[in-house]
Amino acid sequence: MNRHELTNRARIAMLCTMQGNRTGKRRSGRLGKPALAVLVGGAVALSGCVSVNAPDKPIVIELNINIKQEVVYRLAKDAETTINENPGIF
Amino acid sequence: MMFKFSPITAAGAAALAVLALSVPASAQQRDPAYAAARASGQVGEKTDGYLGFPGTPSADVRRMADDINIKRRALYAQKAAEQHATVEDYAFTSGCRLIAQTVPGEKYQGPDGSWQIRTAAAPLRDSRCP
Repeated sequence: MNRHELTNRARIAMLCTMQGNRTGKRRSGRLGKPALAVLVGGAVALSGCVSVNAPDKPIVIELNINIKQEVVYRLAKDAETTINENPGIF
Repeated sequence: MMFKFSPITAAGAAALAVLALSVPASAQQRDPAYAAARASGQVGEKTDGYLGFPGTPSADVRRMADDINIKRRALYAQKAAEQHATVEDYAFTSGCRLIAQTVPGEKYQGPDGSWQIRTAAAPLRDSRCP
């Protein structure tokens, strides 16, 4: 029984929106015709201008930034003292 | 020719010796040649905490800056060990501070690695600087 139901759901999911609307019993069928037209029209209009290009440079994520910043903040006071105590080389 | 050991020379030498002893090498003020090289932009502060050359340095300037960088590195290494940090992190943190305290006219390295001339405005620093 359970298996039968799952198979059916999968089939509903594969149906096109317009077909689902025609059955009248599905949730998607509650969308009015003008709304559907807007959705479909929007999708068509968008599909004409949206283009996804692969970046030509490798994506680098710097995971060490937060760790380093923590260290830098911890060392700041000591570094300042060191610099002030050794004016000859700074 | 023999030098006569006059009391004045002796007093002068003694005064110099006392001066040299009372001030440790690292605590001395900037060497005039170093101060001049900074002011003229022949050397600048890098983001990594060491001196760099915005242009092609003369042999003397290069030697002087290399010498200072060696002393800086030794100091960074000692202090980093005390703070249980890496020499690079300690040097970088010092670089943040050293760039912040440059005076107008001196050169420093921006976050992108380019050489900048310090103006009255705050210097361009790495976003990780405190």
